[in-house]
Amino acid sequence: MHSLFQFIILLLLIIDLVMLWSGRMLMLIRLSAVQGCLLAALLLMPLKGPLTMELALLATAVFLLKGIGFPIFLRHICHKLGIEPNVKPRLGRMFPMLAGLVCLAFSLWLEESIPHAQGLFPPLLLPVALTTLFCGLILVVGCAKAIAQVTGYLVAENGIFILGIPLITSGSVWFELSILLDVFAAIFVMAIAINHINSTFDSIDVARFRSLRD
Amino acid sequence: MLELLLFTPLVAGTVMFIPGAWPRRILLLLTALAHITLASTVFIQVSANNNPVAFGGLLEPDDLGVVFLMIASILFLAVTFYSIGYLKQEEKKEVRRDIQKGDLFTNAPEARFLACLCFFVAAMTLVTVTPNLGALWVGIEVTTLASAPLIYFHRHRSSMEATWKYLMICSVGIALALLGNILMEVAFHRSAAPAGEGMNQLAAFIKTGANGGVDPLWLKASFIFVLVGYGTKMGLAPMHTWLPDAHSQAPSMVSGLLSGALLNCALLGILRSHQVMMAAGLGGFSSDLLVFFGLLSMVTAMVFIVGQGHYKRLLAYSSVEHMGILALACGIGGSAIFGGMLHALSHSLTKCMLFLVAGNILTRYHTFSSHDVSGLRQDMPLSGALWTAGFLAIVGSPPFSLFVSEFIILKGIFANGCILTAVVYLSALAVIFVGMSVPVLRMVQGTPSHDVTIDYHESAYSVLPPAVLCLAVLCLGFWVPDWLAAALNRAAALLGA
Repeated sequence: MHSLFQFIILLLLIIDLVMLWSGRMLMLIRLSAVQGCLLAALLLMPLKGPLTMELALLATAVFLLKGIGFPIFLRHICHKLGIEPNVKPRLGRMFPMLAGLVCLAFSLWLEESIPHAQGLFPPLLLPVALTTLFCGLILVVGCAKAIAQVTGYLVAENGIFILGIPLITSGSVWFELSILLDVFAAIFVMAIAINHINSTFDSIDVARFRSLRD
Repeated sequence: MLELLLFTPLVAGTVMFIPGAWPRRILLLLTALAHITLASTVFIQVSANNNPVAFGGLLEPDDLGVVFLMIASILFLAVTFYSIGYLKQEEKKEVRRDIQKGDLFTNAPEARFLACLCFFVAAMTLVTVTPNLGALWVGIEVTTLASAPLIYFHRHRSSMEATWKYLMICSVGIALALLGNILMEVAFHRSAAPAGEGMNQLAAFIKTGANGGVDPLWLKASFIFVLVGYGTKMGLAPMHTWLPDAHSQAPSMVSGLLSGALLNCALLGILRSHQVMMAAGLGGFSSDLLVFFGLLSMVTAMVFIVGQGHYKRLLAYSSVEHMGILALACGIGGSAIFGGMLHALSHSLTKCMLFLVAGNILTRYHTFSSHDVSGLRQDMPLSGALWTAGFLAIVGSPPFSLFVSEFIILKGIFANGCILTAVVYLSALAVIFVGMSVPVLRMVQGTPSHDVTIDYHESAYSVLPPAVLCLAVLCLGFWVPDWLAAALNRAAALLGA
């Protein structure tokens, strides 16, 4: 079980880096779906104690929302708005990749340097969580397409979720569920905004947003 | 009681889709009246040391929370009254043109706007009455989602741009605050008895922190993320970039609520962590960071205020300045915290009032540029007078209460022996005074432009709410009632005053 947990953590890391390299919108969405499914799988392998009903419920919710719901919703928007498949990276493809690798190196150094909270985090969980968060932020900043930014936000949120996994107890599941509900509402509101951006600007390229300056 | 307080705006928002404009507006007014009645009752209960509790401790307001609750509730009532006139005016318009580009645009449906306004207030209510850091985070995230459609009420390009920036920047910022919350859990993690298991997380963290059951390194990391995360929402520099755009593009009453109530809620998020830091003996670390970001915000606001021609952006940068003053006051500690609490109240009332008056000016002149507005005192005597009074209040002139609060904060800085901080504080205030006076006085003085063809008269809806708020700030400058001073003192005591 422990080695499977580590394997999934490594898979999450690889997905992060592939996302930074990928220049295609649908690929980004698919990878975020895989990430969502892997997060649900992690929840089914509790680090301490047996699998409880609450954890199984949370894993199901994560799988349904992050693994299936959000990706289908985002794909639907892409098709409905007829969005170009290219994510239009502002910083090229090499720079985000390099930035991601630097973040990974920093996270690994951080794991070595800081005292662990009484063995709370299994090996690699902390650096992978931080790298996922950083990769999400790189996607938000580095992509000109609004929908790619939303995917970046989802990835960043996944990173924070990974960090919280060792702390999840039966009592805190309600809080995790309310966060999920919040993220769901955020994606929904962002999707509505993207729809309006497209109808107002005839594009979802946020690099065109230049009218509000001092 | 607390359940009613939370659910009244929530239920009102849900039933806001009833047909007919006037039933909706009356429902909004009734909601605002009910909210302020309930909030006042809660305030009285907390003042009498009889803190109400609901949902097993998930809602349990303290002295600090009720101050911000009352501010939000008062502003909600003022904004509601103003909105009725504003929406009536909007209903009459046949052609709407974007001020910056001249493009035609439509408004969002009124029912949706009013529903989001109610949800927004419900979320702020949750933030102010919960001692649970997770629920507080959820509340702040919901404020973003509920207020984004409010900013995009006028559906044109500029408001769309502002809304998207607001959504993305604040959502990412709040996600970082969530990371801060998780790191706090890590800091208090003890395999035997995790501190944050109960509903009243704040009390548990403070108790465990005081007993030394905390990892200081993780707690410091947690505070940094909370400060950056909620600081983004609060408009602390350099994370303030969404604020001038959103405040300038939102309808004026929404700008007033964002600036007067929402920024305080984000500040409350930071102060909750500051409370935990102080209990754990790390108050020096969090105080230094608050002072640094406070001064940085003041200086940043100063740079952008000087030469600013866009009068709504001017008010937005003024909010950045005042959030900086609040962070500074809380960081300095001692008597400055009482000044900070009084400042939070005075700033909220004044800034909301100024945004409402800015809305009147915008309706009359259809321009954001202070260069294109002149002769306000003749053309719009009431709004012109309020605009001048609001300006004097916001820059901290006597006899308004902001003068008193800024003076108390200055005394606190001197009492702490921070001479350099005092120099930066006073310099920023002086430059901002001059920077703001130029456009404001230009707008008030001179002769009215003859190019203005828009028919406008100052209705009771548009003038009464800012006038009442202005009067309150003026009265507070002369006399702070004992019960209010006691409430502010108790709130300050929770922050170590």
